[in-house]
Amino acid sequence: MKFDRINRRIFLKSSAIVGAGLATPTIFTSASRAQDFCNAPTGSTVTLGFNVPQTGPYAEEGADQLKAYQLAVKHLNGEGDGGMLNTFKGTALKGNGILGKKVEYVSGDTQTKSDAARASATRMIERDGAIMISGGSSSGVAVAVQSLCQDAGVIFMAGLTHSNDTTGKDKKRNGFRHFFNAYMSGVAIAPVIGEAYGKDRRAYHLTADYTWGWTQEESIKNATEALGWETVTAVRTPLGSADYSQYLTPVLNSGADVLILNHYGNDMVNSLRQAVQFGLRDQQANGKNFEIVVPLFSELMAQGAGEAIKGIYGTANWDWKLEDEGTKAFTKSFGEEYGTPPSQAAHTGYVQALLYAHACETAGTFNPKGVVEALEGLEFDGLGNGPTLYRADDHQCFKPVLVVQGKEDPADKFDLLQVVREVPAEEVTYDASMFGGELGPVNSAC
Amino acid sequence: MHASTPSRDLVYLAVFTLVVLTMPIWLEPIGAAYPNLMQRFAIYGIFAIGFNILFGMTGYLSFGHAAFLGVGSYAAVWSFKLLSMNVIPAVLFAVLVAGAFAAIIGYVSLKRSGIYFSILTLAFAQMSYNLAYSVFTPITNGETGLQLALQDPRVIDRALGIEARGIPSPGLFGVEMSGYSGFYLCAVLLILCFFLAMRIDRSPFGMVLKAIKSNQTRMGYTGFNTRPYTLTAFIISGMYAGLAGGLLAATDPLAGAERMQWTASGEVVLMTILGGAGTLVGPVIGAGVIKYFENIFSAFHEAKLHAAFAFLPDGLENVLVTITAPFVGEGWHLTLGVVFMLIVIFLPGGLMEGAQRIYGMFRRRPSAGQRAADKFQPAE
Repeated sequence: MKFDRINRRIFLKSSAIVGAGLATPTIFTSASRAQDFCNAPTGSTVTLGFNVPQTGPYAEEGADQLKAYQLAVKHLNGEGDGGMLNTFKGTALKGNGILGKKVEYVSGDTQTKSDAARASATRMIERDGAIMISGGSSSGVAVAVQSLCQDAGVIFMAGLTHSNDTTGKDKKRNGFRHFFNAYMSGVAIAPVIGEAYGKDRRAYHLTADYTWGWTQEESIKNATEALGWETVTAVRTPLGSADYSQYLTPVLNSGADVLILNHYGNDMVNSLRQAVQFGLRDQQANGKNFEIVVPLFSELMAQGAGEAIKGIYGTANWDWKLEDEGTKAFTKSFGEEYGTPPSQAAHTGYVQALLYAHACETAGTFNPKGVVEALEGLEFDGLGNGPTLYRADDHQCFKPVLVVQGKEDPADKFDLLQVVREVPAEEVTYDASMFGGELGPVNSAC
Repeated sequence: MHASTPSRDLVYLAVFTLVVLTMPIWLEPIGAAYPNLMQRFAIYGIFAIGFNILFGMTGYLSFGHAAFLGVGSYAAVWSFKLLSMNVIPAVLFAVLVAGAFAAIIGYVSLKRSGIYFSILTLAFAQMSYNLAYSVFTPITNGETGLQLALQDPRVIDRALGIEARGIPSPGLFGVEMSGYSGFYLCAVLLILCFFLAMRIDRSPFGMVLKAIKSNQTRMGYTGFNTRPYTLTAFIISGMYAGLAGGLLAATDPLAGAERMQWTASGEVVLMTILGGAGTLVGPVIGAGVIKYFENIFSAFHEAKLHAAFAFLPDGLENVLVTITAPFVGEGWHLTLGVVFMLIVIFLPGGLMEGAQRIYGMFRRRPSAGQRAADKFQPAE
């Protein structure tokens, strides 16, 4: 193609068009610069973004979490029975929204992929004007979205994420996590399995191959080796595998007598069921019964795993059968709304939404600077875990950790786990600098 | 089909430029006018144009193009980490690395054609994905994805004395690459890529590629060595994908292995077929449609549907919400599948064929003689 037809007139015309096209974005940018912080709510409503996996290996946890967020929005707006708003001690929340503004929400699908999760979170921030993003259910996703929120200048209230990195190596000033982490699981579960299975065990790890799996493997290794256990080997499995037989076959001949499954969600359901079908638990190794440990599991996964879960030890952040007022209130309103007891994923999401609202209310502003200040070092009670501290140094919550075991004779399909031990917060507290990382400055600019 | 002439092409390019640059205006009513999604429209448009150079022109169906996209992303993020936060070296590096990678994979895969070629590329892409996912974890950071860190070397930036507070974001000489500036960079590159594809399409080289598509065996019998041409097309196409990957990393500095997954490779095939394989602008439209579905439809939830149908009486509203709910939110794949099926069945030439049919309805019907001439064109 030769541009021999471009004369002065065509040139002028086309440059005018291109110029006009290039000038258009200024209308949009000038409007967004008028705010003093990103997505400052101007009308009578405030928008929160709930970013959960609706597809992929953690879809089930995500669906339950989304239900809890919807419930939290209802309660914040004064609809329904108020749930944990009534048991949240000393809160300024009155059920009239946040700072008098009605709470609205947008939701998105993370697909359990960092890329998709970031695209979805960006949409919530840029298009829907979300002032806070919450969600997760995979640590890889949570870490990725947390750094996005830091850059975008909004608050990230992590949902279910259990990797040490979320509030360790990859911690950010704008990000907060209520859920416990792999280190706490290790410290909590080690004495219990040490007592149950003895001090001279040989462990074989199967680990989900991403940040959460890596840190959990490391934490459990450290905790069990301190007991006197030996680690035979640790094999990494890709996230979202359906068939674990190729990983399970070598376990028996490896000289190990305990299998530790660092899997979560559907992955754990699949690997545990296959391990049990494989007959691992009926085997003898080194003159002892072969045992399986799943360091992190939840009610939803127990339902998925069915019979296989009986007698298996693990840890949990929260359980609906706890006896405190907050748990009772939450379980009641969740049950009335959806007909099932809430999972720990639902609980942490619900609590995070309430804590964010509480922080805005006490700070008197939606500005992330004020919200971060209000959340740092916040001590609260009545949200199902007893007295809890949001540590200022790494934005991690410290509260008791539950060691649970699959029930041998469950009363119904929701009563699958029993709490074996409640490990007090002091025992699982660690030095904030242990995992490295830097919070950096708070960001509130778009 | 009407013949392309230089002046027609110029108008085509001008219209394309105008449409791309005014996206923030005309996408506003359908809720897609926010920078991140428009960046994706432009980036995946580049990806699809590049894919079309291979698939649309030579007929070689690659099922592994996402590998080049992923490689480009990793290359760009490494450039941010090691060299500078400027996007120019990052994008150049991404294109070069993806091109080199395409040369290797292309050299092996192009030894076969047809289904065997598709399977070979698929295998290579899946291999790259698994390598990125576990074996090359030190380079790719596995499932977590490669991210920037405070203590990255950034040699050039440090040498020039540029220090940022916190983690710096990619930029073009001080202009940050998030938001509208990022979109305009991608848009300008999309237009350049479109122009380049148009030039390739109209060139003798493009003619050879189309000849390969129509009958490669005959090309061989006439003494024409097609290998260098297909390999060149493959590399160009890989470089387009690398550019797209580099831009993805420039607008959002994170590279994850899932960009290389076979579903991502399949997506670009869908984009091209949906829009119209072999046409210049079709793949861009296809990319836009798929990204729109992925980002907008997946965000609908029942409360929004209730709001949308609120004007109807309660009973009817609930019925409509129940019917439509499975097709939005997590069910967006379902809607996309239905749309794709309808298009492939009724418009095998993709959306571009639809556009042409509509255009044809409004145009003066061609004379009978003209139609006969069209009809009796010799095959091949």
